[in-house]
Amino acid sequence: MKILFRNVAELVERCESEGVSISELMIRQEMAVRERSREEVFGQMEENLKVMENAVEEGLQGVKSHSGLTGGDAVLIQNYMKNHTPLSGNLLMDAVSKAVATNEVNAAMGTICATPTAGSAGCVPGTLFAVKNQLNPTREQMVRYLFTSGAFGFVVANNASISGAAGGCQAEVGSAAGMAAAAIVEMAGGTPAQSAEAMAITLKNMLGLVCDPVAGLVEVPCVKRNAMGASNAVVAADMALAGVTSRIPCDEVIDAMYKIGQTMPVALRETAQGGLAATPTGRELEAKVYGINLKSE
Amino acid sequence: MKFKSVFDIIGPVMIGPSSSHTAGAARIGRVARTLFGREPKWVTVHLYGSFAKTYKGHGTDVAIVGGVLDFETWDTRISTSLDLAKEKGIKVQFEEEDAHTDHPNTARVRIGDEDGDLELVGISIGGGKAEITELNGFELRLSGNHPAILVMHNDRFGSIASVTQTLAKHEINIGHMEVSRKEMGKEALMVIEVDQNVSDDLLRELESCDHILQVAKVVD
Repeated sequence: MKILFRNVAELVERCESEGVSISELMIRQEMAVRERSREEVFGQMEENLKVMENAVEEGLQGVKSHSGLTGGDAVLIQNYMKNHTPLSGNLLMDAVSKAVATNEVNAAMGTICATPTAGSAGCVPGTLFAVKNQLNPTREQMVRYLFTSGAFGFVVANNASISGAAGGCQAEVGSAAGMAAAAIVEMAGGTPAQSAEAMAITLKNMLGLVCDPVAGLVEVPCVKRNAMGASNAVVAADMALAGVTSRIPCDEVIDAMYKIGQTMPVALRETAQGGLAATPTGRELEAKVYGINLKSE
Repeated sequence: MKFKSVFDIIGPVMIGPSSSHTAGAARIGRVARTLFGREPKWVTVHLYGSFAKTYKGHGTDVAIVGGVLDFETWDTRISTSLDLAKEKGIKVQFEEEDAHTDHPNTARVRIGDEDGDLELVGISIGGGKAEITELNGFELRLSGNHPAILVMHNDRFGSIASVTQTLAKHEINIGHMEVSRKEMGKEALMVIEVDQNVSDDLLRELESCDHILQVAKVVD
């Protein structure tokens, strides 16, 4: 195996010593590990980009899940933006609406690209297609955005977890938001070290987030957690670009996330037994979805 | 390192809603189908942990059956797989299990027809990635660090040699290998971890070797 980096420290160090970007190092590693040409690797990622583009577009036209629990919020937010100036800013709400769009399509069993998972598929494309309007990237830079995200996700997946059942929502939306933050920084012209800071700042603010889907569906609260993941990513990227650093290094934040996940009760790890799933309304919705009479239980 | 490719992270392209409970589950079903080699007449799935608690909401049932029907994770037919199975006359059964398993997303899939059956245990480890931990009662101890090939074969002399010779011809080095059988002269299993990537053409070539029943790649 020709692994070029195992953790964020190695990733940043290698980028600095070789004078390359994070996306470039990720592309090189993929070429080495998969024994594929640059064109093949790049081409496959571009296909994923197209899937993300289509999902956002579909979601912005309005979709509804089979359960009826989610759908239509992306449209609401876009309409609001047309008639008002959002208090949190246009770019932020655009990212939010596009993250929501992606996850609404996912909940409706539409086609999405997992980044790194399906439940957290909104953060990376949501931020990408919002930041795009301000930074005007080339198509290549947009594909590179996904490689940069992928590099950080690769580190998290191998050193911690990206599974809600194993590590809670912090492992899914937390990881996704961190990946997005790091990619925004690179696209905005920041350094690899600043990408790592953005990832660390984002993930720190997602620590402890539990996975408590109502009725076990990837809908409530998953769709809105992607909205907040996307906003967290944009804000953290701005902070890192401003020169703010994380007192706790990125690898240690990832390790803390992993350990928190291990100590999280099973009820809060994608079993629909605790948290929001176990609230009176959560249970009521569950009963409605599955046609169960609560009183007979 | 369990995740080797950037496309394990940015990907797979899939039908929602859950990478672990839908895409990963579909992949477990599809490994069963690939190893079985044909469309089965019946499918019985035992679900454990988070799979057992949330499979309906995540479409884990339709995903596993979709995989058994040989659908890829992005195949939109997955969402109607239970109906499709019914049309094909495939008997499908799901059992929710309380037993504690090492991994929260565990499924035991049994498929078969009048000519035979197959049983495997798969775990979905996140982001759509799945691992097979047991096959036909044989425990698989895969490191997950290298590509792995499973070869079901008849317990006859020469079958192991023909497989290793084919790998040697393609300059593929074996890092770890285990051979097990339940009874002399009956069905046996080779688990081979290799250092190089294994192409689909090579898998087909292995399948054409003497006494080889089925070949599948479980880790890539």
